[in-house]
Parts: sequence; C-alpha cells; structure tokens
Amino acid sequence: MSNFKSSLKVGIFLGVRQLKRASRWTTGLIVFIMTLTFLNLVVVSGILIGLIVGGNNANREQYSGDVIMTTLSGKPDIVKTQDILATIEGNKDFTQHSERYLSGATIEANYKTRTNFNTKADTAGTQLAGIDVDRENDFSNISKYVIEGSYLNPNESGYVVLGANVLRRFSSSFGDGFDSLDGTYPGDTVKITVNGKTQEFIVKGIVKSKVGEVSIRAFITRGDFLRLVDRGSLNANEIAIRRTANLTDDQAKDILVSSGFDQYAKIQTATEAIPDFLNQIELAFGVLGNMIGAIGIVVASITIFIVIFINAVTRRKFIGIMKGIGVSSMAIQISYLLQSLFYAVAGSLVGTIILYGLLVPAFAKHPVNFPFSDGILVAEPSGTAIRVGILLVVTLIAGFIPARMIVRKNTLDSILGR
Amino acid sequence: MITVKNITKTFKNGDVVTHVLKGIDVQINSGEFVAIMGKSGAGKSTLMYQMSLLDHPTTGEIIVDGHNVTDLTHDERTKFRLDNLGYIFQDYALVPELTALENIMVPLLMQGRSDEEVMSIAKKSLEKIGLGHRENNLPSQLSGGEQQRVSIARAVAHNPKILFADEPTANLDNVSSEAVMDIFKSLHNQGQTIVMVTHEKEYTTYCDRVIHISDGQVVA
Repeated sequence: MSNFKSSLKVGIFLGVRQLKRASRWTTGLIVFIMTLTFLNLVVVSGILIGLIVGGNNANREQYSGDVIMTTLSGKPDIVKTQDILATIEGNKDFTQHSERYLSGATIEANYKTRTNFNTKADTAGTQLAGIDVDRENDFSNISKYVIEGSYLNPNESGYVVLGANVLRRFSSSFGDGFDSLDGTYPGDTVKITVNGKTQEFIVKGIVKSKVGEVSIRAFITRGDFLRLVDRGSLNANEIAIRRTANLTDDQAKDILVSSGFDQYAKIQTATEAIPDFLNQIELAFGVLGNMIGAIGIVVASITIFIVIFINAVTRRKFIGIMKGIGVSSMAIQISYLLQSLFYAVAGSLVGTIILYGLLVPAFAKHPVNFPFSDGILVAEPSGTAIRVGILLVVTLIAGFIPARMIVRKNTLDSILGR
Repeated sequence: MITVKNITKTFKNGDVVTHVLKGIDVQINSGEFVAIMGKSGAGKSTLMYQMSLLDHPTTGEIIVDGHNVTDLTHDERTKFRLDNLGYIFQDYALVPELTALENIMVPLLMQGRSDEEVMSIAKKSLEKIGLGHRENNLPSQLSGGEQQRVSIARAVAHNPKILFADEPTANLDNVSSEAVMDIFKSLHNQGQTIVMVTHEKEYTTYCDRVIHISDGQVVA
C-alpha cells in the first residue's frame, strides 16, 4: 500500500513536470486532436439526432403542442368539445390551446381560365382546417410561416390560407403521386368543396412550414368552416394544448384522462403523436452517429498511443535510469497515464466549452436547413458525460499500453540504449 | 558489504556467444573505496552492473549487505536499489524535465518520505556540493561538472549503503573531475562504501583498493 502511495506520488510528480516542461506546440496539437475527437463524437450523432428532434420540436411548436386530442377512431368529431375546452381554460397548469375543425376537401383553381373541359380540372385534395384565427396564431405562431400574402383576419370572411404543399410550385419534389394546384397566388379565387357543397374563397396567403400538418392544410376561419361544412355542433376534431413547466407531458395527459375525456377523444403526448417510424429513425441515426464517433475514438486512441509511444521510446534511457535509481515501474506508468489523462481532459474540456458555448447556441439560432426539418444540435449533458467518460477510458488505455511496453524493457538495456 | 561468488555473464547474439565475465570472485568491505579498472571490453562495467543489481549474472551468486540478491524479482531489485544503493553514471543521467532540486527529490519521494523532509534533504544535498543557488536550473542549464555533482547529490541523498559510480569523470575536464573526486573522498571519509569503475589511473589514488579486470577475470 505504501509502495502504491509512493508510486502514485512520484508518478504525479513526474507526470506534472513532464507536461509543464513539454513543448507547448506539441501539447496544443495533441489537445486540439482530442478536442476534434470529442466534437466528432458528440456533434456528428448530435446533428443526426437533431435532424429528427428539430422536426419533433417544430411539430410540438406548430402543431401538436404538448398534448393533442384527436377524434376517436370511427367518430366524426370530439364529443363534448366545449366541456373539454372549459376544463382546459379553468386549469392554470394549461397555458394555451387551439381547437381545430377539420374536414377533407377538394380545392379547384384556375377554373375561370379553363378553356378545355376535356382535360382534368386543376384540383387538389387537402384537409380543410377551420381555426380561431387569433388563438391559433398565439398557439402555433402560424403567421410567421406565411411566405406569400398574409395571414387570415378574424374579422374577414371568404379567405383561405393555403399550405404550400397544396401548390405545385412548392410540392414538385413530391412527384406525381399527389394532385396539386398550378400557379395560384394570393388574390386568386379558388373553389373549396366539402361533402358536395362548394364555396369560393380568395387566397389570402401561402403558408410554408416543414411541419406536414401545416403545409398540407388549407386554413379558413372557424365561422367560414362551420358554414361551409354545415356542422350542427361546435365539436372540434383536434385540440392542441400547451402546459406549464410545472407538469410533464405525461402529467398533463393524465389530468385530461382522469377527467374522463379519453371517452371522447384520443389523447396523446407530443412524443406519442410522433409517427413511430420517426422514433425509429432517431434511434438509427443515434447508432449511426455513435458508429462514426467510434471511428473518431479509434483515431484518437491511435494518436495517443503513438504520442506516448514516441515519448516513451525517446525517453527510454531516462526511464531506465529512473528504474535504476529505484523508481518503480508503476510510478513511471502513472506519469504517462497522467499525461494521457491530461490530453483527454483538456480536449474534452475545450470541446465542451466549444459545444455548449458556441455550437449548441449557434445551431439553435441558425438550424441546419434540412428538407424536412430544421436540424438542431442535440447534446444532452448526460450523453456528453458518457462520451467524455468513453474518451477518458480509451485514452488512458492508449497511453498505458506503450508506457507499459517501454517500462517492461530490461533496465540496463534501457540505460545503455541497446 | 558485497560478496561476489564465481559469477559469469554470457551474451548471446544469434549463434554468437560472448563470455564477458568468466567466474569472478570479489569481496568488498563496508566503508571501502574500491576502483575497478581494466581495458575497454575487459568486463569492468559488466561486473559493476551485476554487483549493483542493474543486471542478472548468468551464473554465480551475489550477496549485498547480507542479502542474497541473485534471485530477487524485478520489483524486489528495484526496491533494493532504492533503499540500499546509489548510482552515478558517466553521462550524469539527470532527468531533463526536472530541475536540479527535483532530480534529487525523486528517490526520496519514492522512499515515501514526507514532502517537507524530502525538500529539506534535497536542498541540503545541493548545498553540500556547492550548487544551492542552482536548485531551479534544468540539467540543460548546468555545465557537465555541475550536472555530475547534482548526480552525486541524487545518488547519496537517501543515504545508500553502497555508492556505484560508472566512469564518473570520463566526460569531465580536469578541474571538474578533481571536484567530483574530492566529493567522493569526502563521502568515503564519512564511511561511505564506494565502488567506482574507471580507466583513469590517476584517480585510483583516492581509492583503498583497485580491482584489475582483464578478459572477464580478476587479474589483480
């Protein structure tokens, strides 16, 4: 035990001084490599996962909220919508909600300039959403995503905001599998048909978002919807709810379930409302990121191995002399372990500062513009800590092996350099 | 203090076998200052490496301070060297990243002494050899003679029973060599057992006895 204590003390004594008196350029270069390795380990998987998480976050912000209630299978709408809304409004743990009235609809454009009636009319199927204009905007900030024209005015009637994917000029990438409208700009008139009933609307604006439910819908005021659809009740089809920070999504859902509203609506948290395949993709991207990160780890461990090996080989004579004057092998190995540990800790520390001080805020402010989401950088502290741990362990092993190889050489051979 | 019984040392390099020590018997008493002399390749350094536990003899037996050290394990030999032996090498062999003071501190720390004691002993050792003002200098900032004096201070700071010196003046000018030998003389006068390999006859006058080696055997 006392030998271990002495070895530890001498190992630290030697290691600290070797680091202090090493070339600053060399040390800086090794720390730089370790920083890049750390960032490779965290950022690559973080961006891949962030691609999905960014989409999920947008979905939560612009569509589902924290909890979403939808119609039960086989039911036309959410029964007792008004009771549910009253409960939500009366609970201070719920901060916002938006009820939406939905129906399948067909939109026809360019019918006024149509000359050849033997060809197919310019129509597109869509989901028509009747909304409380202000409440929806407060909830989802939908007006921010209006790219042409303007958002609906609650005091006007006869206007529609079209999701960009309803228009061919925005949805060409979907191919020919979906009908979409030619041309069609704000100010144009379109016909909207629901259950055989048709009404003309003026296109007020075009809304474009990477959240599918926003870009594939057509939005009109709730009043226009109820008149067009001729719905006898005020039962909505979708209620999106936002909670306070005091609750989790599950707790918010439980409040609604315990109120018995699951008899009238399907109640899901934002996560549950995400299609399962997206969760699977997130997992797959996580694995992919870790695989790429693992390559980085191997590169870093080889780098450390080479650095320590060259250091130990060039100092072989002094290692022999230290053994000769009675310094234990363990102390010498500890001195090299300490150097490896320093490189890994310094690299991780610099990497963590860059990650949380620069990259995460930068990605949050300027998300990567992926086709189907605004990708952010996901770097959970717990995941980062695990990666730091992996890097430390791998680096320590990579530093220990060459040190041990050199220390095990015959003492006299080391001293005499033979 | 040291009893060497019929040791041999053989090196093999492929099919070539070289017999460097051919059955040597040596007795060195406590407090003696002994020089080992011989021509280049005679086996004098090899003999010292066996006696100082830096190497294993091929056959034979070595007893140091009453301990048969022939069959000690690697770690036991390291510990034995730390507690009982001191070394001075021809090329000083100071650790380049450590200052003069730190070089002296290493074996003392390894012995498990307290920081205060280590610092105190190391400083006193440096002052004894007249280099107290150079304690924070790295070896590269010291002359050859100064480095060798630091090397001596490191070798004796922990009060070894036997001090081994392998051609300690070979790389030094006359003035520095005299200074080193004066330190040895002073240590010897204090009762230190010293075994020195040298090929410089003039310095054998400092010694009690000279062992002459030729062709792997003691000749006088």
